Amino acid sequence: MGKLFAVVLTIITVVSTAFFAARTWWLPVDISAHGHAIDRQLMETMVSSGVLFVLSQLALAVFVWRYGDRDDGRRVRTFPGGVTPMVLFATVLVGAEILALTFVGSKVWAGIYQTPADPGSLQIDVQSEQFAFYFRYAGADGAFGATHPELINEANENYFGLDPAHDVSARDDIVVPTLTVPVNRPVALTLRAKDVSHAFYVPELRIQQDFVPGLAIPLHFTATRTGKYEIVCTQLCGLGHYNMRAFIEVVSPAQFDQWLKDKAAQQ
Amino acid sequence: MNPPATPAAVTAHHHTPPQGFLRKHVFSLDHKVIGKQYLDLALVAVCTGMLLSWLMRFHLAWPETPIPGLAKLSPNGAAGGVITPEYYLALMTMHGTIMVFFVLTTAPFAGFGNYFLPIHVGAEDMAFPRINMMSFWVTLVAFLVLVSGFFVGDGPPLSGWTAYAPLSAVGKDAGPGQGVGQTLWAVSITLFCVAQLLGALNFITTTLDLRTKGMSLARMPYSTWAWFITSVIGLIAFAVLMPACILLILDRVAGTSFFIPAGLVISDRLQPHAGGSPLLWQHLFWFFGHPEVYIAILPGFGIVSHILPVFARKPLLGPRVLIACLVAIAFLSYTVWGHHMFLSGMNPFSATLFSVPTLIITIPATIVTLLWIGTIYGARLRFTTPALFCLGFVSVFVSGGISGFFLAQPSIDTYLHGTYFVVGHFHFVMGVAAMFGIFAATYFWAPKMFGRMMSETLGKWHFWLTFVGVYCVFMPMHYLGLAGNVRRYSAFTDDYLKPLIPLHRFITIAALFTGAAQLIFLFNLIRSRFRGPRAPDNPWEATSLEWSTTSPPPFDNFGGRPPVVERGPNEYGVGSGARGADYLMQAAAAPPGVH
Repeated sequence: MGKLFAVVLTIITVVSTAFFAARTWWLPVDISAHGHAIDRQLMETMVSSGVLFVLSQLALAVFVWRYGDRDDGRRVRTFPGGVTPMVLFATVLVGAEILALTFVGSKVWAGIYQTPADPGSLQIDVQSEQFAFYFRYAGADGAFGATHPELINEANENYFGLDPAHDVSARDDIVVPTLTVPVNRPVALTLRAKDVSHAFYVPELRIQQDFVPGLAIPLHFTATRTGKYEIVCTQLCGLGHYNMRAFIEVVSPAQFDQWLKDKAAQQ
Repeated sequence: MNPPATPAAVTAHHHTPPQGFLRKHVFSLDHKVIGKQYLDLALVAVCTGMLLSWLMRFHLAWPETPIPGLAKLSPNGAAGGVITPEYYLALMTMHGTIMVFFVLTTAPFAGFGNYFLPIHVGAEDMAFPRINMMSFWVTLVAFLVLVSGFFVGDGPPLSGWTAYAPLSAVGKDAGPGQGVGQTLWAVSITLFCVAQLLGALNFITTTLDLRTKGMSLARMPYSTWAWFITSVIGLIAFAVLMPACILLILDRVAGTSFFIPAGLVISDRLQPHAGGSPLLWQHLFWFFGHPEVYIAILPGFGIVSHILPVFARKPLLGPRVLIACLVAIAFLSYTVWGHHMFLSGMNPFSATLFSVPTLIITIPATIVTLLWIGTIYGARLRFTTPALFCLGFVSVFVSGGISGFFLAQPSIDTYLHGTYFVVGHFHFVMGVAAMFGIFAATYFWAPKMFGRMMSETLGKWHFWLTFVGVYCVFMPMHYLGLAGNVRRYSAFTDDYLKPLIPLHRFITIAALFTGAAQLIFLFNLIRSRFRGPRAPDNPWEATSLEWSTTSPPPFDNFGGRPPVVERGPNEYGVGSGARGADYLMQAAAAPPGVH
């Protein structure tokens, strides 16, 4: 029975690890300026914890194989050196791994979430609601109109609660259901929620952030590759949660300027 | 209170069991009956929870295929047998709530703890038998209130077991299931907290005050140590969740705004609330929620540390280190709740702060794992079913713990948060591992509780199918997460998710098979309870006090003569090494009058 356990556990360990190693299912292509740092951190964690995973499962398998009761009157033996070296070993090994991961990882995190956006960033306001995203560009005046929740009206497509009648800066705001950004230019989003919590997640951008009602949450990134990618909601928001999505289109600067002009003309 | 030591005191404490059926089997004050009631409730709950997961998994793999009979059970949620998106989320909410609260908390902690903690310390009963009975009946009411959510007009709640505000707080406007169903959820959890607080007080008092002569804290079995530490965690954690749930109820029914900020427009209606904070709910919930993970798993640590030496026929390596690690984990469990909230909109500086203790908690967890593996070294392992489940526990706990390395780091959580990677992680580490602990405990203690042996053949089939099955179900979820597969989706309609559907089908098939394998356990448990061969007093040649009394124990556990303890529970592999003589019981001789 012990040998069977050892064999089954070894097979489980090898097969599980093989799919990670072969990258059968893996992260999509990275299209962000910061993503390589996250991917490297993920890889380092994958390798170091993968080694720990394989070693501990195999140690378990080997000991179970070796130390079954054969009823031969053999006396039991204590682990060589007893418990103290084991505790020291675990503390030093895991402690070193934690230190290494934290030192590198907290820099990666800080680079994305704790640094302010580049002052020259393209500013975009994002409104989330059950079950859609809307994106607002400041328009020609470069200023966003103020938002008034009591003016939010789905039928009039006033998703942000703008007041163009009284608010000059709101008049040229461009509101669209797709996020269009120029490639290689820093983008600064302000995330707002109209009703309940939602989240902004673009796997290719390696970025994720909750929308929280009552808060305007900043988030910034730079997309480095043109194309069309999905933005999905990852915070449970109600029955249409699975269907809450938008697209991000990363285009060349020239295309972006043209697009913005076209949209401004339609306002 | 000192344990009775003089013969006069012994006689004075000799209690006779109640005679009436109700007092004996239903409204019993006997901790053993209450323990079994908790376990029976957990059994009903786990069957319900698993059935819900079957429905979810089936729907994810074949979203268009009608499920036979479901339309009759739920005409609104599954018209024509096809699960609607809101019904899917309701199944998920109920699955999570039932499993976390009514299975993973009640079975390993309230159930086995109630039955065995007093016996392990040599007491006749819990310190407060009436409070103990109340704790069970309040738990039962909480369960019934929760399940009644399925049958209310606007449907069961769908905001997940975490019930994030404001979705859970604003009421009917937020969509189906957010009316009465969500209120019932909050009431149920409030009641559950009351029950667990009563239980925790009882466990702590019993451990500290009712230990028999010679039973120093250091001599307590490790399962009892774990239950004791778990009670301390529970006392603090449930004391936070209970007021949080009451505030949630007030937001829903009394017009308060604890968790609802101003300016929310839901269903085209400006909500009449102002000044609340959705993040406050998250902080309160996870301040309970993360310690709750340890409430679920620490009894498993204790059970494995208790059972493994019995079948290794050698002492547990480093028992004092084990207890130090359990205490360290309990303490650290209160410093890590923010790792659920890295991306929640709280100050990103605090993510680093919460990340460090989260990573540090892996040190005691690693040490405990090494203690178990080190205990197996040089052992003479007897491969009984409880032993196999202990070995399986170590393996799945390692698998689940390792993926914690990823999620503990905010930079990686940026990508993996909200994906199936998280689902795979917590199912391994607190779901499957805790269930393996429950299985090990059941096979190990059933002879004592029911006086009958369970079938080893069926037990081993159950183990092998479950062990391989859980890896087939939960390991692929890590792959899905790496591919960015979002959790809590009732269908995968996104372009990038469609290629992952075959892997979802594989998981579903594995889940259906693994679930079906649990029928072997159910059959074995029920049949042996009534038809199994009679169990001897000490079938496993174990040392702790429950094996010094009869199977099942008499009403007052030791026939009115409390045992006198002479040594700790770790005396295995002593003597000649020949079978039957390689261990020393904690109580030197069985107390006279028991046999």
